[in-house]
Amino acid sequence: MPPPTDFRAQIEGQRDYLLRFATLQLRDAHAAEDVVQETLLAALTGAASFAGRSNLRTWLTGILKHKIVDAIRRSSREPSRPQEELEGLSEFDSLFDERGHWRERPSPWESPEGAFEQQEFFTVLEGCLEGLPAKTARAFMMREHLGLATEAICKELDITPTHCWVLLYRARMALRQCLATRWFGDKDPEAR
Amino acid sequence: MMSCKDVSRLVSQGQDRKFGFGERIALRLHLAICAGCENVERQMAFLREALRKLGAEQNDPER
Repeated sequence: MPPPTDFRAQIEGQRDYLLRFATLQLRDAHAAEDVVQETLLAALTGAASFAGRSNLRTWLTGILKHKIVDAIRRSSREPSRPQEELEGLSEFDSLFDERGHWRERPSPWESPEGAFEQQEFFTVLEGCLEGLPAKTARAFMMREHLGLATEAICKELDITPTHCWVLLYRARMALRQCLATRWFGDKDPEAR
Repeated sequence: MMSCKDVSRLVSQGQDRKFGFGERIALRLHLAICAGCENVERQMAFLREALRKLGAEQNDPER
């Protein structure tokens, strides 16, 4: 194990990464700062448990995920308005006719993986994420960013699996619409 | 027969839970004949990949 001061410097070197990771989930700079601070403290006091592990960032991210879930749990104790959030399902009903067929059939995205080569794409994606309603974004990011199973998300947010699937559906439908418009829509496939 | 509306919901749930045999068959049958829903399925899978890359992209200080 490296000497303590060196270890502290190494941990401190991961701060920016951890902050960005936490901000993506929590969407609040102060809340992100808090969980990162807790994480760094926990890492320093728990340095011994890092011994023998190969990747400092992976280890720190693991601690951070727990701190983030704790923060979410604390904040979901605040009174919520489940009715309001559940109404979201009907917001996509307008995409379908009375028989449930697409009014306008979703078109394919030409070689979408090409987007990953462009930094600008991730800026657009973050913009789309910021456009999601708070609870929807929270559930979606717990699923895709923190990598939690839906059972865990239901438990932490104190919602039913059905409600959870509604939130995830709503997030995915909104994001695909947003990307279709802002990234894939008006671009000439030949130009990418 | 499931409608596109039902299928779009099921396709999303496919990212989150395992389907039973009946559901899986009904979904595959629909997707085989419905290009719109098939596009949505691909795009939802793409979203997962994009979120993974968004995390990885932050991983890389060079970018």
